[in-house]
Amino acid sequence: MDLAEFLEVLREEFDEIPSELITENIDFRSLEGWSSMHALILIALVDNHFGVLLAGEDLKSVSTVAELYNLVQNKLN
Amino acid sequence: MALFSSSGISIEAVSVCVPQEIERTLEYEWITENERLLFQKTTGIEERRVANETTTCSDLCYTAAKKLLDELNCFNEIDVLIFVSQSPDYYLPATAITLQHRLGLSKSTMSFDVNLGCSGFIYGLSLANTYLQNPAFKKVLLLCGDKSTISTSYRDKSTYPLFGDAGSATLLSRSGKESNWYFNFYSDGSGKDAIIIKEGHSRNPYKWGEELDYFEVEPGVIRTNKHLSLDGMKVFNFALKEVAASIKELLDFSNTTIESVNYFVLHQANLLINESVRKKLKLDKDKFPISIRHFGNTSSASIPLTLVYALKKEICHPQKMLFSGFGVGLSWGNVLLETENVRTFFIEGTLHEK
Repeated sequence: MDLAEFLEVLREEFDEIPSELITENIDFRSLEGWSSMHALILIALVDNHFGVLLAGEDLKSVSTVAELYNLVQNKLN
Repeated sequence: MALFSSSGISIEAVSVCVPQEIERTLEYEWITENERLLFQKTTGIEERRVANETTTCSDLCYTAAKKLLDELNCFNEIDVLIFVSQSPDYYLPATAITLQHRLGLSKSTMSFDVNLGCSGFIYGLSLANTYLQNPAFKKVLLLCGDKSTISTSYRDKSTYPLFGDAGSATLLSRSGKESNWYFNFYSDGSGKDAIIIKEGHSRNPYKWGEELDYFEVEPGVIRTNKHLSLDGMKVFNFALKEVAASIKELLDFSNTTIESVNYFVLHQANLLINESVRKKLKLDKDKFPISIRHFGNTSSASIPLTLVYALKKEICHPQKMLFSGFGVGLSWGNVLLETENVRTFFIEGTLHEK
């Protein structure tokens, strides 16, 4: 799954957030209505699509979708 | 290593009692409407049963057990009474002993409490199994449940809308059948802080006259240390890492193909966790019955509640099932078993209230 496909998955999953706001360089914590619940959904989504289980600290170390994607790729390699 | 099998026992009946009072997620005013919708979509919880001030977990378990014993007419046959709960009636004595008397069971009944939460039903089944391997024991009454809502702070969005109250009674007996039951269990005390009530017992005792000291953990989470505290991220990571793996281990140990199991009845933690486990096992939704939408997370009662609520008809016929309990401790375990002609009872409202 490349970054563009990952963004599509995020847009589909977070259907309560306007899809045009979900871009590779968006700081996801800055999105209106972002909550700790979204962080859990993100971890479940990454686990399901990539087979990578992120810890809370992993998620805290990144702020944009692109950084998150790279983090997952690094863990896969 | 807690990985073993046994045979010769069966579940005769499962009975569950829930309070009549309902609280709905969309009416939880501490959080915004958007947060309520997201919480409901993610956890699956639309409503929960909440016991009133005068109802305890033992009242719920008592009502469930009384109905079961009345219907099966076996008050005089119970050799062991086990009460699995983290909301006992008193600091002491053990609630199981008060229930022996209240249910009118013989003084020769062996009665004791077990302090476990979400994994408690599986542990209870293994204890029942252990006693029933001895011919001296014919029937074990296993009571599991919690009044979790007594420990949650209304101003804590991470716990208050998650937990519901329920009490269950499961009757196990020696069947003489050859079919095997397989168990595996795990404990990880390094995760003790993930779900904890810090104050009120020996480590941090309650001091007379002490006032409740509320503090803000994060936005939307205001509680005291006498309330239940839950680190959602840690619990979530634990469940994703351990549950599916332990289920696969048990299937391997028992030489059972995943397809041959009719139902996987998981502790109803929240839908996001349960769905993640299901996807890891690559199984269809119809093999994963749920009750969480209407009852929330009911601790050690959640598996019996799912059996009587979602599998009432199915459990009358022969089924191969896997039950999985996981949570506070951290503690987790699974049992693979066969059920047949299990009688079920579902009661709303306790006898105590009537």
